[in-house]
Amino acid sequence: MEDKVVLLDYWPSSYGMRVRIALAEKGIKYEAREENLADKSPLLLEMNPVHKMIPVLIHNGKPISESLILLQYIDEVWHHTSPLLPSDPYQRSQARFSADYIDKKIYSLGKRVWKEKGEKQEATKKEFLEGLRTIEGELGDKPYFGGEDFGFVDVVLVPLTSWFYSFEICGNFSIEAECPKLVAWARRCMERDSVSKSLPHPQKIYAFVLELKQKYGL
Amino acid sequence: MAEENKVTLYGMWSSPYVKRVELALRLKGIPYEYVEEDLRNKSQLLLKLNPIHQKVPVLVHNGKAIVESLVILEYIDETWKTGPQLLPEDPYKRSQVRFWASYLQQVSESMVSVLKTSGEAQEKAIKEVTEKLKLLEEGLKGFFPNGFPNSFDTENVGLLEVVICSHLGANEAQEEALGVKVITPEKTPLIYSSITALTEIPAVKAASIPQEKVVAFLKFFREKALKSSAE
Repeated sequence: MEDKVVLLDYWPSSYGMRVRIALAEKGIKYEAREENLADKSPLLLEMNPVHKMIPVLIHNGKPISESLILLQYIDEVWHHTSPLLPSDPYQRSQARFSADYIDKKIYSLGKRVWKEKGEKQEATKKEFLEGLRTIEGELGDKPYFGGEDFGFVDVVLVPLTSWFYSFEICGNFSIEAECPKLVAWARRCMERDSVSKSLPHPQKIYAFVLELKQKYGL
Repeated sequence: MAEENKVTLYGMWSSPYVKRVELALRLKGIPYEYVEEDLRNKSQLLLKLNPIHQKVPVLVHNGKAIVESLVILEYIDETWKTGPQLLPEDPYKRSQVRFWASYLQQVSESMVSVLKTSGEAQEKAIKEVTEKLKLLEEGLKGFFPNGFPNSFDTENVGLLEVVICSHLGANEAQEEALGVKVITPEKTPLIYSSITALTEIPAVKAASIPQEKVVAFLKFFREKALKSSAE
């Protein structure tokens, strides 16, 4: 029986991009369904009744949600190609820790930095950059977070880089000036098809941000 | 204990996150040294072992530190093959355990909001936690379609059960401290019966704290929270 894989997604979502990259890395064929988050489909509400959010992977009719859980699921099911997590338990724990840190201290702040203004924005910017500097420290001089090979933590972090341009314009700062190694790492990741084909162009994200700002008076 | 295999857990007695790790170690029969940290006066060692978050629990194994309780639980499961397997073999079932363990944390955080508020704010928090408990009850039906077994064998305790125990095990103490009941056999039968069965397991009983101590701590925690939000 052939595997049926459906991904419920939303093009600007950096969480959705993580799953796109993982599926591409593993060469998995899937049907991509774009959701309109202002008008969620009955399928989305049925497949993710708890959070009603994308991304949701439907594998042979069974739904899996939450991007980090999804990445591990994909890695475990399709374990014969391009492993994302290392095999050593201690190294796996370090990768999981970094992924958790990225969600709590980088993604969560990125979501706010383009929306806020004045003093509040300055405080968020400061925390956001601290998070980036910390994760840049984890990268060190390695080509990828996992070492020589592109892996789990790279997949978890790289999608947010498509939003960097928008953060910089809205927040009036330069990420490259603060974290040059991280920006170099992002460029290195973009050389991979799985990444360049999964991330929208930063200008497209910025146009989307401007639309949202206008629509919601942000 | 040989230095290479030495396991040390840095924790705080009232933290459910530390309890998760304690239960996992006990259930798997892993010998360990426990070090109690005073979180108001963190030791230099803790700050060195967990420089990023400066929190407990921290597990040190073979001289290396692992932090974040769910990360620690998966590390324990992957490193020690004795005792119950915390995560099932099947990738889909694993994803479900991880999802509901993570959701339980959100339920627990909502309960802390109930503890920290009063009046209208508390009513709002109670409403939120009741909604979340309803969803959790539905989710658990997927794992226990025939209800929760009355007596739970240690061999069958998994990651989800560990998290239920750690966060909801002190349910009675919380009710006593707050005078609010959100987990009942009528409203949340599966959650209620899971707590009852799990807290009877010898390893869990051995790690449990006397109710009076927990109640006193919760009352103190609540007073402190109400005072600081009034300032």
